[in-house]
Amino acid sequence: MNAESAGQLAWITLVVGGIITFAVITGFAYTTLLERKVLARLQHRVGPNRAGYVPIPRRGKKERRLLGGFMQPAADAVKLFMKEDITPIYVDNVVYNLAPMLTVMPVILTLAVIPWASSVTLFGIDYPYLAIAPGLNVALLFVLAITSIEVYGVVLAGWSSNSKYAVLGGIRSTAQMISYELALGLTLLVPVMIAGSLNLNDIIVSQQETAWFTILQLPASIVFFVAALAEMQRAPFDLLEAEQELSSGYNVEYAGMRFAMFFMAEYMKMIVFSALWVVLFLGGYDIPFINEAAIVSSADSTVVTILIAAGQVLSIILKIVFSLFLMIWIRASWPRLRYDQLMDLGWKTLLPISLLNVIVTGVMIVLAEEGVFNSLISAFGG
Amino acid sequence: MGNAILFLILAVIAIGAAILMLVSKNAVHSALYLILNFAVIAVYYILLNAPFLAMVQITVYAGAIMVLFLFVIMLLGAEESSGVLGTRRGQLTTALLLGAVLIGSFVAALGQIGGSAASSSVADTTPRNLAIILFESYVFPFEVTGVLLLVAVVGLYVMSSRLVKKD
Amino acid sequence: MLADWQYIGIFLAISPIFPAAPVLLQWLLGPKKPNSIKNSAYECGIETVGDTWIQFKVQYYIYALIFVVFDVEAVFLFPIAAAYGQLSLFAIGATALFIILLADGLAYAWAKGALEWI
Repeated sequence: MNAESAGQLAWITLVVGGIITFAVITGFAYTTLLERKVLARLQHRVGPNRAGYVPIPRRGKKERRLLGGFMQPAADAVKLFMKEDITPIYVDNVVYNLAPMLTVMPVILTLAVIPWASSVTLFGIDYPYLAIAPGLNVALLFVLAITSIEVYGVVLAGWSSNSKYAVLGGIRSTAQMISYELALGLTLLVPVMIAGSLNLNDIIVSQQETAWFTILQLPASIVFFVAALAEMQRAPFDLLEAEQELSSGYNVEYAGMRFAMFFMAEYMKMIVFSALWVVLFLGGYDIPFINEAAIVSSADSTVVTILIAAGQVLSIILKIVFSLFLMIWIRASWPRLRYDQLMDLGWKTLLPISLLNVIVTGVMIVLAEEGVFNSLISAFGG
Repeated sequence: MGNAILFLILAVIAIGAAILMLVSKNAVHSALYLILNFAVIAVYYILLNAPFLAMVQITVYAGAIMVLFLFVIMLLGAEESSGVLGTRRGQLTTALLLGAVLIGSFVAALGQIGGSAASSSVADTTPRNLAIILFESYVFPFEVTGVLLLVAVVGLYVMSSRLVKKD
Repeated sequence: MLADWQYIGIFLAISPIFPAAPVLLQWLLGPKKPNSIKNSAYECGIETVGDTWIQFKVQYYIYALIFVVFDVEAVFLFPIAAAYGQLSLFAIGATALFIILLADGLAYAWAKGALEWI
């Protein structure tokens, strides 16, 4: 491949990966609707159903209304735009405005390394897998680095508000995030050890070759999911929203769109951590029970190749929606933890489990390499 | 050429952030400028083809140590600092003297390598190779680091237990 | 490799649009009628007495310190994990020793009650 076509295809990958990524970013608006609808159904309510529906007339009866509420996110946005944005006079103005930005930006950046479909060959050119930064060999460390940066939006929002409640909320949330970051980081090691790479695509390929890591590594999968919930301050770790007991959290002094930014960040984090969980433990874009590579190579037609790629994008998005549903389900089912319980869970349960898991996985890999399992199987089976 | 321009822009940002960190009166603002400085240095590591080091720089320095800094600033309530000039007598003189020594030793070190250190980059710095090199030549320092971190935890407990009792 | 970082750089340059655009739009569309009561501190309706930076629990600080220690160790483990399949038994032994030191630190902090929320 000459240099020109390499640059060209890199741009095409960037553009397509960018389009999917931006679609996911804007998908946060519909995550709010999903949450409200699912929560309502779980509580025997209907949820938002007025803003936007498809009327289907029926003879002699009232019309049927389909997709009730699908315009709700737009209505919410319009309402927020028309609100007055209040800035309390005691705040540190620059940092106060910077904090919501610093909360949203890192979350978006994480999406750069998520692969949306496997690499394909179209018209004789190999396209690397769809992502903004496909070849990053430190992708998981990048994720960890960005996660550690996410703390600043929170701590600075609390500090700049110049109110004791916001300050305490900020400190509380920061301590919570860093505590769970350790368990999260150690859990990330497990897929890396099995796949032997820090690149997310390599991890997916490794899962296609063996099995989804949720099956091989159920404890790691669960620890990651729980730590992710705590990291993004979702229920049951949402002390941020404990209005009555703790006067909410770092964002009490915010209003209007800048307040909404913190929620934008929360819903985007739901999508991003779902995507990471799916990539690391649920096979990413892998379509279950189908060997995509074999189909593509045997059919050898452009249409099939594009169809399979589209199917992979659909597959990862459906898995993300499943993960989002799990998060909402958990919110509807679990009561909020007390702060000491929260810290205990992070430091005394998840951290030891993830540490132990790394050790056990390491031992297992060494035993497998030394052929211990094979000889055991032959000893008992033969 | 493009790299040279990028280098210059980043250098201006890094030095500007460092100076602002020194002169800013508010300790939290200082910390923010320091974070910016760390981030720019991480970009330098990437340009030098050392992405692992860049990620470590952000995770450990910008992510962990600066959070600790912010906590300390808040814990001590030492938001308003007196700025670059300091409060102790002779502080400025000592700082300038030590700075001069540091710059002198940098220049001497660069003279020894022949000034080509910045442009040379390590050929293949994938994390995998890094680990293999770590175990080939640096096993002992690696373990010593582990012991050092253990000592840090012990020291942390010993130092903080007094604070906790007072609390 | 460097190309990927360029893309991330472009993405980083674009990403502020997402939080900035709505805030800007609201600034353009929303009403602006500030008054002194509206602009006072919201929580809990009365002005803060004294410094907002009260000395908070030392426990938060201890968590942050322990976090720094373990974060450094975790970062060390990442390249080792990526190379795990190619390591010699000696290297795996060295890593095991390192992880045991890490676990030891955790056990010490736990036993001494540094992780206790009081």
